[in-house]
Amino acid sequence: MNDALVLTRAERAWQVLDGVLDPEVPVVSVRDLGIVREVIEGEAGAITVVVTPTYSGCPATEVIEQSIVAALEAAGLGPVRIEMRRAPAWTTDWMSEAGRRKLREYGIAPPGPVAPSLGVPLRFVPRVRVAALACPRCDSMNTERISAFGATACKALWRCRACGEPFEHFKPI
Amino acid sequence: MQASITVSRDPSVQYLLRIGDTCLILAQRLAEWCGHAPIVEEDIALSNMALDLVGQARAVLTRAGRLEAERGGEPHDEDQLAFLRDERDFRNITLVELPRGDFAATMLRNLAIAIFLELLWQRLEASSDTELAGIAGKAVKEARYHREHAADWVVRLGDGTAESKARMVAALDWLWPYVAEIFEGDGVDEQAASDRMGPRWSDLRDEWRARFAEVIVEAGLALPAERPFRSTGKNGRHSEHLGYILAEMQHLQRAFPGGVW
Repeated sequence: MNDALVLTRAERAWQVLDGVLDPEVPVVSVRDLGIVREVIEGEAGAITVVVTPTYSGCPATEVIEQSIVAALEAAGLGPVRIEMRRAPAWTTDWMSEAGRRKLREYGIAPPGPVAPSLGVPLRFVPRVRVAALACPRCDSMNTERISAFGATACKALWRCRACGEPFEHFKPI
Repeated sequence: MQASITVSRDPSVQYLLRIGDTCLILAQRLAEWCGHAPIVEEDIALSNMALDLVGQARAVLTRAGRLEAERGGEPHDEDQLAFLRDERDFRNITLVELPRGDFAATMLRNLAIAIFLELLWQRLEASSDTELAGIAGKAVKEARYHREHAADWVVRLGDGTAESKARMVAALDWLWPYVAEIFEGDGVDEQAASDRMGPRWSDLRDEWRARFAEVIVEAGLALPAERPFRSTGKNGRHSEHLGYILAEMQHLQRAFPGGVW
């Protein structure tokens, strides 16, 4: 029996979501990012996709929602509704291993685990204590952070002292 | 010309407007740096932080507008609240509406606000208003990045050259009198505390002061003495600067009601 015949609409929706890419980092899917929290099949067959925002002001949020709706409708899974769920807040710990690998291959250093200390009141942390990160191009640990803020809300600017290349880091949050 | 809306006087709505407006007006001031920051990395950083603050403001103002309806008033959406209120109906603290000043003043103000907002969002994660708690869970992580960034620069400039230090000292002298307003208690705070919506801002004063002082000392500076002056922005009585911000921020929606991209 063809597997596709036994998949529910929700399961097919998850497969389609594997192909919906982040507009700012067009190698990782919305599933890789961990922002799709749930896919619910309604009684009339309508699909509700529950998503959580990455950053409060991320301008890609609305584009991602539109992409999800368009992709599912194109796959014949409409009508589709998007539900925004803020709690629990998205964390880069929800990013898949495949997503991390794809980021590295794309030249973006993937996020490490969110430090447990981030959950408790923090003291001022001087610049020199920023943990070293492996260069996604040459794997050297001889790197330094240039700025905690990069071209998009989710990324920081780094450079590699070994190969001389600048690179981006997907911030753990 | 689009007429102004009148906003609910419900204390819980006012509590939310204080948060949302403080984020919104600071975002507007930070956005002024776009294309003008001393180096491109800071240009990007300030725009990023403005974007985070706009996102936080949108979420909180949306919640405030819905709460107006829940309390029997007329509902308003985030755009109506941002673009169609008059100056007296804005509830941001005065500190965020002051001109951006130089880079030292911008960093010092960001530090004061980021420490405050981080403490506030932490408490709001336990809000009885689940929507507000959800917003806080996200925003607290962003405030942490903003605070680290500002602390880094305050130390670097305060402990830097004679010029950078002089500018940081001047920024501290200028902005310090406006900090006290944040922690002035009133009925809005009392209502929020008794509803468990959020903390009295006055309850955050000691921890704010300890954290702020830690960075100031690290920067080789000293906290100025307390002064009797109290600004009153969060009660709607603003400095002369807010009107100019609103003129710039609101004029498109006022001139072309409902216009979209």
